[in-house]
Amino acid sequence: MSHSNADAGARPSYLEVSGRRTGILGWILSTDHKRIGILYMSLILGFFLVALCIGLLMRLELLLPGPTIVQPNTYNALFTLHGVIMIFLFIVPGIPAMFGNFFLPIQIGAKDVSFPRLNLASWWLYAIGAVMALLSLFTGGGVPDTGWTFYVPFSLRTGTNVPLAVLAVFVMGFSSILTGLNFITTIHRLRAPGMSWFRMPLFVWSLYATAWIQILATPILGITVLLVFLERLFGIGLFDPAKGGDPLLYQHLFWIYSHPAVYIMILPAMGVISEIFPTFAKQKIFGYKAIAFSSLAIAFVGYLVWGHHMFTSGISDTSRWIFSLLTFIVAVPSGIKVFNWVATLYKGAIEVPPPMLFALSFIFLFSIGGLTGFVVGALATDIHIHDTYFVVAHFHYVMFGGVGIAIFAALLYWFPKMFGRMFRYRPFFISWVFIFVGFNTLYFPMFIMGWLGMPRRYYDYMPEFQIWHQISTVGSWLLATGVFIFFIYFVKSLRAPRGAPDNPWGGTTLEWRVPSPPPAENFIEIPTVTAGPYDHHGEGDV
Amino acid sequence: MSTATLHEPHVHVDATGAKIAMWLFLFTELLLFGGLFLAYAVFRTYYPADFHYATTTLSVSIGALNTALLLTSSLTMVLSVAALERLNRRLSVILLGVTALLGILFLVNKYFEWSAKFHHGLYPGSQDLALHPDGEKVFYGLYFTMTGLHGVHVLVGVGVLVVILAMIARRPRRTVSVPIAAPTALALQGDGGPLWNQAADVQLDAVDVTLVYRENQAVAHRQLIKLENAGLYWHLVDVIWIFLFPLLYLIS
Repeated sequence: MSHSNADAGARPSYLEVSGRRTGILGWILSTDHKRIGILYMSLILGFFLVALCIGLLMRLELLLPGPTIVQPNTYNALFTLHGVIMIFLFIVPGIPAMFGNFFLPIQIGAKDVSFPRLNLASWWLYAIGAVMALLSLFTGGGVPDTGWTFYVPFSLRTGTNVPLAVLAVFVMGFSSILTGLNFITTIHRLRAPGMSWFRMPLFVWSLYATAWIQILATPILGITVLLVFLERLFGIGLFDPAKGGDPLLYQHLFWIYSHPAVYIMILPAMGVISEIFPTFAKQKIFGYKAIAFSSLAIAFVGYLVWGHHMFTSGISDTSRWIFSLLTFIVAVPSGIKVFNWVATLYKGAIEVPPPMLFALSFIFLFSIGGLTGFVVGALATDIHIHDTYFVVAHFHYVMFGGVGIAIFAALLYWFPKMFGRMFRYRPFFISWVFIFVGFNTLYFPMFIMGWLGMPRRYYDYMPEFQIWHQISTVGSWLLATGVFIFFIYFVKSLRAPRGAPDNPWGGTTLEWRVPSPPPAENFIEIPTVTAGPYDHHGEGDV
Repeated sequence: MSTATLHEPHVHVDATGAKIAMWLFLFTELLLFGGLFLAYAVFRTYYPADFHYATTTLSVSIGALNTALLLTSSLTMVLSVAALERLNRRLSVILLGVTALLGILFLVNKYFEWSAKFHHGLYPGSQDLALHPDGEKVFYGLYFTMTGLHGVHVLVGVGVLVVILAMIARRPRRTVSVPIAAPTALALQGDGGPLWNQAADVQLDAVDVTLVYRENQAVAHRQLIKLENAGLYWHLVDVIWIFLFPLLYLIS
């Protein structure tokens, strides 16, 4: 591999080279993939903290039965907002938009993505969609109260501002599609000489699988929310039972996107973990091809399981057991990944700085989330716990315990590379303790009260659930404390002195061979790749 | 390498990449309409009799005329691409203009068709339609949504064609000189178009090389990529209509 890139520190980094414009315009009009990644990061993490605070308010409301701090309608608005922001503004764009933009081109040895201007347009679409979503709170009939799923016929009848909110989702979906299209083309066309498919880092593989889902599933969401919009505007009647329409058709169309969307969220997180484990175990990843192909398998089978969201909606028995079977099958590739990560640690020289600590807790929390997925994916048990807190606990373990924790891990893992500064470990270890303990205190009681029959989305509850709700609310305080510690020290570390080494962790992928922070256009000379991505001991190809 | 070159935004001309991206985009368009085709299949199964009746209220002759217009426009589209391939800008522009014109004629027809339906009170939410059976309400809901979304695509397509027409119609200079400070400034690695391959033949260790090429040809090559992609989009709009026409007008 070419070594001329590492000693190119004299070149100004992407943080200094702003292109033709300067100041804020040099950022919001920049076509540099790294700057766009940082742009996404600032918005996405901002929205995450907003939605986190909304979640705190919901938990506070549930501290005591009956009205505590808000009225029932406000509570409905809160959980809708929490869901819409967390799903569409945080976790779906999340890793691909922040880290995919920043590291995909560098990891394959390219100067940028295939379509830098389209990339910038994607960010603008995301920002415009976000503004529309915010506008929907203050205009029309006020904050939507339908839940993030916009289920008909309620979303057609409610007086709240559903039309603008679904239009915002449409625009953000467009942004997601264009990012996916850009990444696929980039991976096909811009790999450096010698960077064969099986020498690509696994993060790139996971982005590739994700990009295909973004392209093939998001248009279905587009047409679905467009139809809700038209329904609200003109009353076309396709989803309205009063006009001969079919609400169940909405659920099918919605979940044909929204279940694959779960894999849009988790696959890049798995890619992050596949990067962090070999680096800190100082080992070649175990089962490289199995992990790469399991990403594609998840992307493919993940398409065919949407019906498990509708087990109690009255769909036919035949389709129910087929969907249930497919749901069990889609767990296989996820299991393959977990076993391979754990096997990577075997006989490794393991170091556990903060990014690795978060990555390790990913395995623990994601496994709980994944295994409880079997409980909700099996027909008989699902009837019992459908629409209860059990489901809420399950998907928070996968989404927050999985993707959220992976985002924390990625923020720390790539922090020195992105900003050229190092952080102190101690505050992040402390934040990890709060996050890990708080997380389990917050969400584990939800499994129990869900199993006991506490329905989700309810404003009020029976006295026997009070103890579980209270434990859970205390957990939310611990978790939020941990997250705030994390971000306070994240921002503080941004002002640490420059001088992070090019390769602080001993990583082997290409991003660790360019200066920290990387210069504009990444490489002076496009590297020639001669070995697999996790070649710690010079053993050549995987 | 001068620093000025370094700070320029990265320019990458990759015809194959542009084609790949366009095809991927067309997939997404197909899936967007796919949701509507799925809805059509579901409701046709629910209400076969109502759909049968409602279909007969649409004018087959206007639909057939529109089919002919769009099919012809696809022909002029490929001819326009073929003309630019042979560096016949004038012919290419004329054929592109005809394509856009046929698209506009399609929309004019559609306008009259929709107006007639509105005139008869057959539109979603009308008082007249409320008296009709459920299946007919759904049919007109589908009819307006499907042809409406398709119409928007025709409109966007015409816009794209006009922009590209204006681009091709501009007369380029005959030749252009590119001073090369150092060979890496042109990013000679990887595959480029025929233009860059030409540059690769230049003495690579020379410090002051001036490359002179016929801009006409190079520009046409870059415009051709855009024209072909616009053509692909136009054909997609055409293909979707080919399915809408029988589903909405013919099957009964």
